Amino acid sequence: MSNKNIKVKDLGKKTDRVYNLDVKELPKLPYPYEDWEDPEVPPVKDIKAEGKDLSLDGILNVVVPIPESEEKKEELVAKFLEGVRKLLTVENNWTFLKPFMLSMENCVKCNTCSEACPVYEMSGGAEIYRPLFRSDVLRRIIKKYISPGGKLTAPFTGSNIDLNWETVARLAQLAYRCNLCRRCAQTCPMGVDNGLIAREIRKLFSQEMGIAPAELHTDGTIKQLTTGSSTGVSPVALMDLFEFMEEDITDRTGLNIKVPFDKSGADILLIHNAGEFLSWPENIEAFAIIFELAGVSWTLSSEMVGYDSVNYGLFYDDAQYAKVTLKHAEVAKKLGVKKVVMGECGHAHKAVMAIGDRIWLGESNIPRESCLATLEDLVMNEKIMVDPERNDFPITLHDPCNVVRSMGVVEPQRRILRKIAPKFREMTPHGVHNYCCGGGSGFAIMQSNNFPNWRFLLPGRKKFIQILNAFEKEEYEPGVNKYVCAPCSNCKGQIRDLLEYYDAWEKAGLLYGGLVELIVNCMTDVREGFVEWEFH
Amino acid sequence: MEVIQYVTIASVLIAFLAIIVKVIKYATAPESMRWELYPVPHEKGRSEYGGSYFEELDWWTKPRHSDMFNEMKEMASEIIFLKGVLHNNKRVWRFSFPFHFGLYLCIGWLFLLLLGGIMDAVGVGVSADAGVFGLVVHYLTVISGYAGLILTGIGAFGLFVWRVTDSNQRPYNSFAEYFNLLFIDAVVVLALITHLGSDPGFAYLRGYVAAILSFEPAVIPGTLFGIEVVLMSLLIMYIPLSRMSHFVAKYFLYHAVRWHDEPNVRGSKIEKRLTELLGKKISWSAEHMHPGKTWGEAVQEKENEQ
Repeated sequence: MSNKNIKVKDLGKKTDRVYNLDVKELPKLPYPYEDWEDPEVPPVKDIKAEGKDLSLDGILNVVVPIPESEEKKEELVAKFLEGVRKLLTVENNWTFLKPFMLSMENCVKCNTCSEACPVYEMSGGAEIYRPLFRSDVLRRIIKKYISPGGKLTAPFTGSNIDLNWETVARLAQLAYRCNLCRRCAQTCPMGVDNGLIAREIRKLFSQEMGIAPAELHTDGTIKQLTTGSSTGVSPVALMDLFEFMEEDITDRTGLNIKVPFDKSGADILLIHNAGEFLSWPENIEAFAIIFELAGVSWTLSSEMVGYDSVNYGLFYDDAQYAKVTLKHAEVAKKLGVKKVVMGECGHAHKAVMAIGDRIWLGESNIPRESCLATLEDLVMNEKIMVDPERNDFPITLHDPCNVVRSMGVVEPQRRILRKIAPKFREMTPHGVHNYCCGGGSGFAIMQSNNFPNWRFLLPGRKKFIQILNAFEKEEYEPGVNKYVCAPCSNCKGQIRDLLEYYDAWEKAGLLYGGLVELIVNCMTDVREGFVEWEFH
Repeated sequence: MEVIQYVTIASVLIAFLAIIVKVIKYATAPESMRWELYPVPHEKGRSEYGGSYFEELDWWTKPRHSDMFNEMKEMASEIIFLKGVLHNNKRVWRFSFPFHFGLYLCIGWLFLLLLGGIMDAVGVGVSADAGVFGLVVHYLTVISGYAGLILTGIGAFGLFVWRVTDSNQRPYNSFAEYFNLLFIDAVVVLALITHLGSDPGFAYLRGYVAAILSFEPAVIPGTLFGIEVVLMSLLIMYIPLSRMSHFVAKYFLYHAVRWHDEPNVRGSKIEKRLTELLGKKISWSAEHMHPGKTWGEAVQEKENEQ
C-alpha cells in the first residue's frame, strides 16, 4: 500500500502494516545538519510484539492485544461501539460533549487542518497522519454504525468503512499519533478541533476498554494516586531529595536555603512537576532561591500528590484527571494558602487553571496562578536584582502549547527574557502559533520500544528545525553555547531527548533548560555560573 | 392556493424548525470543561498577540475588561470575508468567499422579495416606475438577486471543481458534498435562465410571495418558473437539514468553546450547573471508572493499585 494513497476505509484492511515510516521522505534539516542522515526506525522486537497489534505503522506506544478468537474479536468491536455510544451521552460525557459534538458534526472537509499539523508535514504528507483522517474514521463509524439507518445511508454520507477489530486497534494507535497541540483547531475556519477528537478517542478506549499507554495510566495516574507521584517518589523519599537539593544550592551559590514544607497559611503553595526532582533539581532549586531572596511567603506540600503537579489524566481520561486535580485542590484547601502557583509545567497549568476551573468548586476553588505571572512581578518590579550581562549568550524560547495556545499566557515570560537576556530571539512562528515540542500529550515520557524514534522524527523534527533556525550561522561556530529556554517540564524532557538524538550539544552547542535557571543565573545576590554548560 | 405554494410554505417552515432544533440542541448541551483556544478577541489589549487574563498577577482580584467591539470586528471579518480561510487556505478561499458572499446576497434578496411581496399585498407598488421606496426596493432586489445568484453559482462551481480535482481532498468527499454544490448550482442556473428570459425584475417572483402572504393562488408564468420555485423551496428546506447549516454550529464553536473563557467563581451559575452534572451516574465499564456511581462519587474513590 503506498503511504500517500491510503484511504480511511483501508484502516480495516487485512494487512500487516497500513503505513511504513520511510526516513527518506522526511524533510531535510537546515544548517548545520544538511548532511544528517536519520537511521531507520528500529522494528519492535518480536518478543515485545508478540500478541500486540502493530499493524498501523509498526510503532508501539499503546498496546492493543490481538484478540485470540473470532468471538473475542466481536467482543472487542462491540465494546468499542458501546464506548462510542457513551461518548455521545450527557451522563457519561457531559465533560466534553458540547465541543465534541460540535466538532464531530460540523467538519466541512476543507483540509485546512493538515497544513497546520507538524506530524503530517514532517511525515512528508502521510495520509494516516492527516488530522482529518483520524477524525473521519470515528465520524464514519458513528454515521454507519450508530446513527439510525446508517448502513442504508452510508453511500450518500460517505461512511464507507468496515468496523472490524483491526479498525478498532488501529484507531487506538492513531489517537496516540497526535500531540493534542491544537494547532489544527486554531486554523480551522469552523473551529472544529481534531485534537479534541483524538483525546475523546483515547478517552473511550481508557474509560470503556481499559486501554491506555502504561506510561499514562498504570505508571502515570494510578501510580501518582497510590504512591504520591507519577515518578514513584514517596513523601519520605521527597524529603531526602530536598535535603540533597538544599546542599546543592549551597554548593552552587553559597546560599543557605531551607525549603519550606506544609506551612499553613502561606501566601503561595508552589507545585512542581515531580519529574524535575529527579531530572532537573536545579529548576526546583532556582525557584527556592528566587522566592526566598524575594521574601515571598511560600510553601511546598509533602502530602500525597500535593508535591507533584503532573496530571496525565488530562491526556486520556476524565475521571483520572479529576481524581488528581481534586487531590491538588484538597491539599491547597487544607494548607489554607492564598493561592496555588504552578511551576514550570505546561499541562499542569492547563489541568489546574483552565480545565480545573470547572472542577475546583465551592470551598475548593482556591485561586491558581501561573509561575510566569508570579516571576514577572518579582523580576520586573525589582524584588530581585539582576545583571543581564551574565546571560550574554544566544537564547531562544520554546512556547509550551498548554500554557500559550490553550491558556493565553504569552507575554510574561517574554518580558522577563527581554529584561534578563540581551541575546534573546524568537523562533518562527512563536507565541500562540508555536509548534509543539513533539512531546505533548504524554509523548515525552514514553521512552520504550521504538516510539521515541517516531517522536524525534516527526513532531520533534519540526521543533528541532525551529530551534536550529533561531540561531545565526556564525553562532554555530565552536565554543558558542546557545540556550533553548523551555519553561515546561515535559517540553524540556522532549527537547533534551531531541538534542541528544541529534547530538546537538556536541555538534551545534545547543543546551536546554527552564526559565528560572536563567533568572538565578543573572541574580546579583547569587554567585555567578548557576547555568552549567554541561549536557544532562 | 396552488400546490407549489404549499410546497414553499412547508419548506420555509421546516427550514425554520430545523434551525431552531439545531440551536436548541447546541444551546442546551451541558456545561463542559473549559477548552478555549487563543487568541480570544475579547481579551482587551491582549488579543493581538493571543494573551489572556491568566497573564496577570492575582488575576482573580482584578476587573476583567472585555473588548466586545474587537470581538464583533473579528466576527464580522470572519462572517463577511471568511478571514480564517483567507489566512490559512487561500486555494479554498478563492471560491468559498464568492460562494458565501453570494449566499448572503441571496438571503438579502429573499428578504427583499418578502418585503416587496408585503408591499404588493398591501397595494404599494414595487417597480422602476414606482415611488421612491418601491423604486429602491425594486433595484435592491434586482442587484442583490443577480449578484447573489452569480457569485453563489461561480463559488459553488469552483468548490465543486476543487473537490473533484484536488487529490488531497477527494478521498474525504462524500456524495453529499458533491450533491450539495450541484444542487445549488442547478437552482442558480435555473433561476438565472428563468428570470433573464421572462422575469428580469423578479416581478412574478414577488407576486408569488405576495400571493402566499395573502393566501391567493399565484400566477405561474411558465413551467420553468414553476420548477425554479419548487427547487428553490426545496433548497431552502434542505440547507438547514444538511451540513450546509454549519453557520449555526460555528457560532457555538466560537462562542461556547473557542472563546469561552468565563471563569467559574464561588456561587456562580456555572458552579451550580457543574454541581448538578457531578450527580450524573456513570456507566463506563473500565474498572477505574466505578460504573454505577455518580461522577462526584467516582472521582473521590480511593485508587486501587493495578
